[in-house]
Amino acid sequence: MQDHVHHHDSTRDGSSDATPGGIVDKRRPGELVFTACLVIFSGVLLWNAYGISGFEALSGAGSVPMATAAVMLISVAIVFWRTVKLSKTEDETVMEDITPPLVIILALFLVAYGVLLKPLGFLPTSALFLIASIKLLSKRSWGFTLLVSLGSLLAIYLVFRIVFTVLMPAGIVPEAEALQLLRNLFKGGA
Amino acid sequence: MDAFMAFLTIFTHPELLLLVGVGTFAGVYVGAIPGLSVTMAVSILISFTFSWDVLPAISLMIGIYMGGVYGGSRTAILLNIPGAPSAIATAMDGYPMAQRGEAGEAIGTTTVMSFFGGLVGIVVLGVLAPVVSDFALKFQPRDYMLLAVLGILLVGSLSSGSLVKGIFAGALGIAIGTVGMDPLTFTERFTFDIPLMRGGINFIAVMIGMFGVSEALMQLHHVDTPAIRQKINRIVPSFGTIRKHLPLSLQTSTIGVLIGALPGTGGDIAALMAYDHAKRVTKNPSRPFGEGAIEGLVAPETANNAAVGGAFIPMMTLGIPGDAVTAIMIGALFIHGLNPGPMLMVEQPDMFWFIVGALVMANFFMLLFGLTGIKLFTKIVEMPRAVLIPLILLLSIVGAYAVNNSITDVYWMLGFGVFGYFMRHYGYPLGPVILGVILSRLLDDNWRRAIISEREDLGRFFHGIVTSPLSLVLFVAVILIFVSQTPLWAKFRKKETASK
Repeated sequence: MQDHVHHHDSTRDGSSDATPGGIVDKRRPGELVFTACLVIFSGVLLWNAYGISGFEALSGAGSVPMATAAVMLISVAIVFWRTVKLSKTEDETVMEDITPPLVIILALFLVAYGVLLKPLGFLPTSALFLIASIKLLSKRSWGFTLLVSLGSLLAIYLVFRIVFTVLMPAGIVPEAEALQLLRNLFKGGA
Repeated sequence: MDAFMAFLTIFTHPELLLLVGVGTFAGVYVGAIPGLSVTMAVSILISFTFSWDVLPAISLMIGIYMGGVYGGSRTAILLNIPGAPSAIATAMDGYPMAQRGEAGEAIGTTTVMSFFGGLVGIVVLGVLAPVVSDFALKFQPRDYMLLAVLGILLVGSLSSGSLVKGIFAGALGIAIGTVGMDPLTFTERFTFDIPLMRGGINFIAVMIGMFGVSEALMQLHHVDTPAIRQKINRIVPSFGTIRKHLPLSLQTSTIGVLIGALPGTGGDIAALMAYDHAKRVTKNPSRPFGEGAIEGLVAPETANNAAVGGAFIPMMTLGIPGDAVTAIMIGALFIHGLNPGPMLMVEQPDMFWFIVGALVMANFFMLLFGLTGIKLFTKIVEMPRAVLIPLILLLSIVGAYAVNNSITDVYWMLGFGVFGYFMRHYGYPLGPVILGVILSRLLDDNWRRAIISEREDLGRFFHGIVTSPLSLVLFVAVILIFVSQTPLWAKFRKKETASK
């Protein structure tokens, strides 16, 4: 049953929408903790929902939230009960199969991106993010990394700034001035 | 006549035509590239087309949707990786064909059959939707409530091995949708007294997190998987092949539309059922099923594209989505101030006919792009994940930020991304979450309307259900889904399969 190629077994990871992932008859590492957290979370939600309008009226603001939280609590309690009874997968560990270092590093990159976006601005933050993560993942030369990251950033910037007119924080880049300069240049040329 | 003019809008406006074309083209590739999904693309696109007019935005998204349902089949055939849920059945015979060196024929047949199925679906949509919406005007609030529950339950029970996990995911979605100020009484719900939460959680941030970030993080497990090169020969199928399978494709298209039209079931279920049907009715398949039978391609591919038209029926007439992608399409319509449901058909029939026109156009583009550009295609599919993953992550952040220019949405998106990542690992389906978020308002409103009209009396409420045939059918369906999960039912099923 346990095969040695499971690191590439996409059914287990749910890596496409087609496959929700998980292993039906085994407990994966960390699954019990995750389920326990969901039980606690659902309990807190139920308590909070009760506080909205209590049992005063069936049509109250809190009735659907309460029913929903109750359904969450009951269903996840059943999941918890079933998970406890399952035997563990023999060849998996949290650090290898659930949150390998790459996933943790990339998640930290994302948090860093969120923190830096406002002060640094979209272009520098994105450039840093793309260079760091493409270098890390591809393990290719710096030339390749820089070319691919900056090239795709330029493409993304042009498409989203011009076609979709999305405004991202400019930060330290004098973006508005640069665009104005560009416009003047074209005007002057024409 | 007005309806016809609205239908023609798409054909007479070059810029809309272009957008459908671009959308379909992008959809085919997004659907085909492993690691990119249509759900992901449409969720990210919603935020980018936020400031657009409604017609261009819808044109682009319909193109992506139509192209994506088809594009998933490409990787199913070439790599045995279904690019979209609706292509799972396609891989069963498509991949064996590719292994025999018939990838070109498989892709060609798939394309033409998808086109055919798509057309059947659209025709049925055009004919049936007005009828359904007339009928839907008679729906009571409790019927809407039951329909919403049924939709979430169906997606939950069909998309994963475990119904309880599906139910949890659906309820979680409803809870997320109710966060913030209650629109009727202005009471705070699930805000935990945090001022930022009073405005609720932006559902686009939830979608992008769940389908963009969590998917990209998941792909990190496969970052070193090398791309497999496939040789592709002639791609346009012979007329004889098409004509030979016309009867089968008509049957499976019908299955596709019907399944697609049920709330809560979409192209994936339609494709699997059509495959099963083909297996039963085909006396002499070109090869045994599972070893590269062309019938095993015709059936799922007609069905999943026919299901697109079918899925638009409950979406447009009732506001109930069939799967995660249609849930997101409903979200897109909401954002542009449209309220899918029977009133949309009464008040803005033009919008409906415009969408039908756009679907037809997208279908033609799909045929065009499906039968051409195969060289470019093989290049794009080989794009290394080491580049693809960071780009998806970046686009997800830009998308989440762009809706409200708010960094808070980015954090919500990241939070749901990480949460969705764990949900995927432990076998919780994500589709019901999105369905729950989208349907929470409809569910909440209609429950309250229903119970107020019964003077807050549960007894009268249930009496109302049993005495109305429609409510009763819906109610029984909901109960049946629950019963199907009890040990009693499992015993019954075991006996049945044992006796076979």
